[in-house]
This record gives sequence, C-alpha cells and structure tokens, in this order.
Amino acid sequence: MQLTGAEIVIRCLQEEKVEHVFGYPGGSVLFIYDELFKQDQIKHILVRHEQAAVHAADAYSRSSNKIGVCLVTSGPGVTNAVTGIATAHMDSIPLVVITGQVPTAYIGQDAFQEADTVGITRPCVKHNFLVKDVKDLADTIKKAFYLAKTGRPGPVLVDIPKDITAKKCEFHYPKTISMRSYNPVVKGHTGQIKKALQLLLDAKRPMIYAGGGVILSDAADKLTKMTRMLGFPITQTLMGLGGYPATDRQSLGMLGMHGTYEANMAMQECDVLLAVGARFDDRVIGNPDHFAKVARKIIHIDIDPSSISKRVRVDVPIVGNVPDVLDELIKQIQVSEAKAEPKALASWWKQIEGWRSRNSLKYKMGSDLIMPQYVVEKLYEVTGGDAFVTSDVGQHQMWAAQYYKFDKPRRWINSGGLGTMGFGLPAAMGVRFANPKATVACITGEGSIQMNIQELSTCKQFHLPVKILCLNNGYLGMVRQWQQMFHGNRYAESYVDALPDFVKLAEAYGHVGLRIDKPADVEPAIREAFVKHKNQLVFLDFQTDKTANVFPMVAAGKGLSEMILAEEEL
Amino acid sequence: MRHIISILIENEAGALSRVSGLFSARGYNIESLTVAPTEDPTLSRMTIVSIGSDDIIEQITKQLNKLIDTVKVVDLSEAAHIERELMLVKVRATGKDREEMKRVADIFRGRIIDVTESTYVVELTGNTNKMGAFLDAIDRSLILETVRTGVCGIGRGDRILKV
Repeated sequence: MQLTGAEIVIRCLQEEKVEHVFGYPGGSVLFIYDELFKQDQIKHILVRHEQAAVHAADAYSRSSNKIGVCLVTSGPGVTNAVTGIATAHMDSIPLVVITGQVPTAYIGQDAFQEADTVGITRPCVKHNFLVKDVKDLADTIKKAFYLAKTGRPGPVLVDIPKDITAKKCEFHYPKTISMRSYNPVVKGHTGQIKKALQLLLDAKRPMIYAGGGVILSDAADKLTKMTRMLGFPITQTLMGLGGYPATDRQSLGMLGMHGTYEANMAMQECDVLLAVGARFDDRVIGNPDHFAKVARKIIHIDIDPSSISKRVRVDVPIVGNVPDVLDELIKQIQVSEAKAEPKALASWWKQIEGWRSRNSLKYKMGSDLIMPQYVVEKLYEVTGGDAFVTSDVGQHQMWAAQYYKFDKPRRWINSGGLGTMGFGLPAAMGVRFANPKATVACITGEGSIQMNIQELSTCKQFHLPVKILCLNNGYLGMVRQWQQMFHGNRYAESYVDALPDFVKLAEAYGHVGLRIDKPADVEPAIREAFVKHKNQLVFLDFQTDKTANVFPMVAAGKGLSEMILAEEEL
Repeated sequence: MRHIISILIENEAGALSRVSGLFSARGYNIESLTVAPTEDPTLSRMTIVSIGSDDIIEQITKQLNKLIDTVKVVDLSEAAHIERELMLVKVRATGKDREEMKRVADIFRGRIIDVTESTYVVELTGNTNKMGAFLDAIDRSLILETVRTGVCGIGRGDRILKV
C-alpha cells in the first residue's frame, strides 16, 4: 500500500513501539502532526519550548532505558532544540529527534523558517540524516533507532523536508539493519580481561571507578556483584550514581571536583584502578598531570575506543559493552584459584576508613538559616531514598549528588557533561511519563528553574505531580562560589535580583506553592508536598543560607588530593 | 610527527564536512585533505596529512573511526607507502626565462601543458618535498600562480585498504 511520508513516519514510530513523543508543531511538520492526530497509539506531549521537548525525551530515556523521541519544526524549532540535543550527546543518551525541514526545492534559498539543521547539529549528534527521497524514509528512521541505541548511545536526528512528508511510496519497515561502516564491539577481548583480573588480584590498593556507562548499559547489578566478590572500594562519578548502592560500606561516594575526601584520596593513592564506563573527564580526575604522577596501573572498560587513553594513559584497555565484559570478568573471578591478598586489602581499607572518618560532607547548621544540604537530606528521608531525582546545574546539583544516597540506577537524572541549566523541570516531566507512578523530585535553584519555568504549564496540562525543591539563595550559587574563591569576592552579575514570588507563580499555573524560611519547617513542608499534595505539582521555595558553599572542592587545574575541605580552609 | 591518514568513507552528502568538522571541533591540524570517489562509486577515499604527537594521531584515528559513515581508517605513515601530489604552476616565460623554465621543468620531470607567448603552465607530480624543491629552483618573481591537490597516498606491496 502506498503511504505518504507523514504516514510512514508515524508507522515507523509505531513499529518501534514508541509510546510518547515530546514535541511542538510548526509549518514544516504539519503533515506529520495531522497523522499523529488520526491515531492514538502514540501519545504526543506538547511542551512549551522545544528545548524542553528534548530534555523531557532525554530524561524519559535516562529513567527507563527506552529511546526518547521528539518532534520539532524547522528553523527556530531546531535551533531551540539544539541545547537539548547537545545535552543528550554529552551524556550519551539515546534519542531520535525528528525535525521538519522546508520543502526540498526551497532548501538553500533562505526560505521562511529554514535552517541548515544537519549542519547546525552535526557536532552534537551521534549521527544525522537529511531525507531527500520518500523511498529512503523508513530505512532512515530504522537506522536512526538502531544507531541511537547500539554502541555508545547518543542522539540521532532525522531531518525531513515538508514535501517528503506529502509524497507517497510503498511502505516497508526493515526488520533489521546492517551497515558496513558501523559495527560496534560488544564482547571484550578475553585475553585482556584475563590480564585485567591478574592485575586486580595482585593489587595492594585496588580501586573501582564507575561512570555513566554502567547506568546506560544497565550493568548496575553486575557491577555490584563483581565489586562485592572482590571486596574492593568503589567510587562513582556524577553520572554513575546509583550504579552501586550508595549506602553500602564498599561505596566511597562520588569522586571528583566535589567528591568525598575518601573517594578522591583512594583514587589518587590506589595502585590498580579499574575504570568502568567512565571517561576520566576534567571534573573527575582534576589535573591529568597531577593524577599521572602516581604510578598506578589502569584498566579501562569502555564501549567507545576513543574514550580510552584520551586524557589518561591506560595499561589494559578493554573495549566492549560493560555488562558483557563484567559477565566475563565475574566468570573468570569464579574459576580463578588466585584471590586478592586479604592482608593488603585489609590495610588498604584501614587507610580508607581513616580518610572516611574525616566526614568530609559534614556541615554546620543553626536554627535560623536553612542549610541547602539539610533540605536534600530531608528529601532523602521523606522519600525513603526511593524517588527519581532530577536536577538543574549548579550548587544544588552537587548537594543533591552528595546528600541523596542513590541505591538504584536510573534514579539520578542530571546534565553532567554539558551542564545545562533548565534541564531539571522538563527532565522531571520525562521521568514521570516513563514511570507513571513514580515519585519525582526536581532539585533546582532560583536561577536554573527560570530557564525553563514555562514548563509549569505543560505539567498542568498533563497533571504531572512533580515536586520542585528550589534551593533559593538569591545567587547563581556556583558562580558566586567561584567568584568568592578565585575572583576576590567580586560578585559580577551572580546576584539574581527581582525574583518572582514563586508561590504565586506556581499558583498562577494552577499548582501549589510553599515558601519555607525556617529550618524547623523544612521537613513538615516536604511531607506536606509528598503526602497531602501527593497528586499535585508543588513548588517548594526554600530560602536557604546565601553564603553556603559546596565542599569538598578540588579547584580547577588542581590535583585530586589537593582538596579544600571546608570554609575555614579558604 | 607528520602522518598520512587514509579513510574509506560512505560517499554520502556531508561526509567531507563530518571529517573536516571533526578536525576543527577537536583542534586537530590538517595540512592537506584530498577526497574523491573510489572504483566503487558508493565509497570515497580521503587522504589527510596531519601533524601531531602519537597520542593526538591515535585520537584522530579513533575519532575518525567513530564517525558512522567511516568504513576504514589507516595511518599510511606507519609503514612503507607512496605519496604523490600534483601541482600546476603558471609561470612567466619570456626572453631567456622561457628556455630556462623549460630546462628546470625537464629536470624535475615536469610537463609543460599550456603555452602562450608569455606564459607556461607546468604540471608536476611527486611528493611534497619535490614540489617545494621545484618552487625553490625557479625564480620566484616569475611565478604567476600555483595550485596543488594535496597529498594522496597508498601503502606499498600487500598493504591494501579496501572494504
């Protein structure tokens, strides 16, 4: 049967079992929207800004391991979406982004709402396509889904000119796809894995360092199993939180710029490091030269060969899909006669416990001012540690990562790589669509929340009972912290003046707003939000200590063991 | 170190900009880049000359491999290979310079492929050094125009880059 391009798009999405599409209509995608209208298998979520559509689809994927799908129009629809696409790209999130384009004959003529979509998005997608013939449409969409999810995942964009959506051709959706130019490795090299195990068992001071790859590949169970078998300490990156239970004794918490003292010290001092789905980025290992000063052997498991030896020389690279490699590693541990030397391991743990006893996450709390850390701790208690927590970017993001102990993967949803303010609220929407019964909290700041605050309207339309915890200190806190520490207290443009009354604003959108000024009111307010207003969106505006800083801190360019632990050390 | 990297890539619209975009986005250096379809018109072959440390070149080959359209990448300079470049030089050829130009072109095994009363166009193939040597050998003030293709290269013997 002959179908139009628009019908083909919808049929392809149905074939891929897509349930939700986040988007915003416009001229170039009108035929596609017309076909969406005629069916009810795929639900369309109308956002209020295209950036939010991509963030929502992104978090939908992060919280469920499905592929997020969004649909936007040409020109400004695409340029608005770019921040979202780049966010997903930096964190390797599988998305299929369908964009309208001006009709084929108009391309290159500066037509109304024309943009060089493929050109603009090329550096921030895993791959993109411009469909020039309706006969290529189904194959291209199949390829997009295949590319997004396999290998190192990422966003894939399909740009479809309007005339293509009107043209007809025979519809056939390919069952499988094979590309001679794209064959991602899955299984790790057995010999390399054997070498890795030998190094691990010979180690005196072993350390496991796990990143977002563990979450993305659903390898948390295997990582946990292996870590427990080995009895080694483990630390996680911002993107890896939840990949190993944070409340477990073997977990040293997060490492990096705002990592715990014990995690950073163990990372620096270990003699054998096993990196799993992590990429040694600048916020994680600090100054690479300082990091490289200590002679340690590094084993690196990653699906992307280009992540290996990019910033740090690796001794045993293992290219492969993390769960497959861990499976093999576990198998080899089970049959191996050799065991790690218990005496050396015990003395290493003793050293680590010494670092841990400094309690680097402690903070001072009075009765007048709400400490932001306290809000996160109370959220953790009230939600029993079982909420999906999204965040924006800045101090509140770090406090959320430090004080909410994630025991499960895919519960911590944040923009790690790109650091996109405005991510949190649309992300919370996406999480809720992927997990319709879940408790969803968005930890944000008064700066970040205003970057996509229009989505309060989307939340109303779709009855999303998200709880927004705004740690309101009247400053762009992380900027202020750096200005205090490195720019002589000159707070250039980091003060947020003329803030709206967030309670009234929430109410204006049809939600519940609460303002909390005193520490004693923090827990009751959170309870009120999660219990009394269970089925409503609640905006909790916490007036927090304006001077609170995030500690520990490794200043940019410094080494991991050169942490500033508290205010007194400034 | 100077490296010659050969790439087989799907002959799709935008393939070239994916490669050149990768180099500019990651701050890699391109000395020259040549591209044309192969005997199989669905594939293009690119030759890129780049200068960088071993670490950088390793990253370049990995990043090139990561491009979805890339079928194969090889660093030709890792082993025996041949490289060639084509240069066309338009020179002033009048009076006694006319004879001299012909003589130098012959020495470099260049061919004069266009002749007017006052100019020659000399065609020269060889490696990059030879191009430089020719330009050094003639009187610079006589050069009206030069155009070079950039290097293309191929492995010696059994080293074959094919799907």
